[in-house]
Amino acid sequence: MTKESKNKTARTDRRLLLISPEDNVFVAVADIDAGETFLVNGAAVPVPIRIPLGHKVAARGIPAGEKVVKYGAAIGSATRDISAGDHVHTHNLKSDYLPTYARAGRKSYVQRH
Amino acid sequence: MSSGIEINAYLRPDGRKGIRNILVVAYLVECAHHVAREIAFPFRKQNAHLIGFGGCYPNAYASRMMHQLCTHPNVGAVLLVSLGCESLDRDGLFKTIQDSGRPVHTLVIQQTGGTRKTINQGRQWVRSTLKTLGSTPRAPMKIAELIVGTVCGGSDAMSGFTANPAVGRAFDLLVGRGAAAIFEETNEMIGCEAALSRRGVTDALSRELAASVEKAARYHATLAHGSFAPGNAEGGLTTQEEKSMGSYSKGGRSPISGLIKPGDVPPRGGLYLLDVVPDGEVRFGFPNLSDVAEIGELIACGSHLILFATGRGAVVGAAVSPVIKVCGNPETYRRMRDDMDVNAGRIAEGSATLDDVGREIFDCVIRAAQGRPTASEALGHQEFTLVYKSFDPIGPACLPTTHS
Repeated sequence: MTKESKNKTARTDRRLLLISPEDNVFVAVADIDAGETFLVNGAAVPVPIRIPLGHKVAARGIPAGEKVVKYGAAIGSATRDISAGDHVHTHNLKSDYLPTYARAGRKSYVQRH
Repeated sequence: MSSGIEINAYLRPDGRKGIRNILVVAYLVECAHHVAREIAFPFRKQNAHLIGFGGCYPNAYASRMMHQLCTHPNVGAVLLVSLGCESLDRDGLFKTIQDSGRPVHTLVIQQTGGTRKTINQGRQWVRSTLKTLGSTPRAPMKIAELIVGTVCGGSDAMSGFTANPAVGRAFDLLVGRGAAAIFEETNEMIGCEAALSRRGVTDALSRELAASVEKAARYHATLAHGSFAPGNAEGGLTTQEEKSMGSYSKGGRSPISGLIKPGDVPPRGGLYLLDVVPDGEVRFGFPNLSDVAEIGELIACGSHLILFATGRGAVVGAAVSPVIKVCGNPETYRRMRDDMDVNAGRIAEGSATLDDVGREIFDCVIRAAQGRPTASEALGHQEFTLVYKSFDPIGPACLPTTHS
């Protein structure tokens, strides 16, 4: 981990874990209640809705269309502008990989690009 | 912790070095299972382990698995127990073991005179051979000579940010010291093709890595199994590729040195992906019956040790090689503490970082390699499963001889 990213971690709520230094989302390692305020890279961000353990929180602003990165790898694209501290889930992130899986069913399990 | 750490290994006549000194009792068909189990049972706490193949019909994969397991570096001697009419080539297996310099003996139940006589003769051979094994020569072994495999099972919402990436950190430390590390479950990496296609040490290998996951996707599509479940989203997972990355993170961050199949031993240090999904049309059902079958494949690839990442709580160990259990859920760890070696749940509680736990797993690997029993070994776990599968050999691009 670089010195810069260590400093970032130090100024972020301990309940938010950055798995890989290049990630732009944290993982909540505990339930975070609505109405709380948490520190995200030094900025105090209010928490409007409860963020359960295992869910993602934006580490920085992610414009619509940009890749969301976790484990150092793209896990999909932002479907709208995301601000630092926002909950990141199905309402603002979609798969780049199997966008039609639920409808396409088993026959097109692998989408060829 | 330094690269100067040495392990006092068991030196086999073929030059391979083991961290355990196991006498294997192997049944060559299900009909010989009871007799083999009865032979091994009184010696189960003296390093006699039971493995075998239940099938009566020939299968090249199962045969190769048996050849590799019976000449594994942790294995010092083998007793083969045959009924007499099964298809597995007991003479060929005997010769492979004999050529490796290991003591080997075959008992054919139909020729020996039935159950009781075979059990008695088998126990006599095991008793005397265990004495011989006690004087196996020892040799120093470096971390760079270790092969370590990893598997995950009973995962939960925490596994993807606790146990799995912590195992990945331990893999980074092992590979950094020259060891070979093997991760698998290509069938749980559907969505990781793009990431995998940048990880190979050559472009041709990268294409093979991505193709192995595409094969897994096709295989599972035929079986109509393997998808993103609603429960995954409740646990905070949004996309298929995110779910897969949780499993994929066990491999750590090293470049991938090769793509291997069950029974292929990594030729040198580095990170390897084990392709566990059969080739060709779906013939024998699901790629693996359970985690235990996957562990057996990792061991057939020469793994001296297995790292098992779990969340809900796995209990299994394995025949031949020790299993270290890394528990990613702190509540599971407390509830099933006797079964666990490492508490990666501390990451979720904020009392340890991924790097802390990665180092703890690394230290646990070294201690186990130096002889300390793992939790599952102390509890007597020696699970083994081997079923029908079919594979084509790996292609030339899968094991590049030069790194770019």
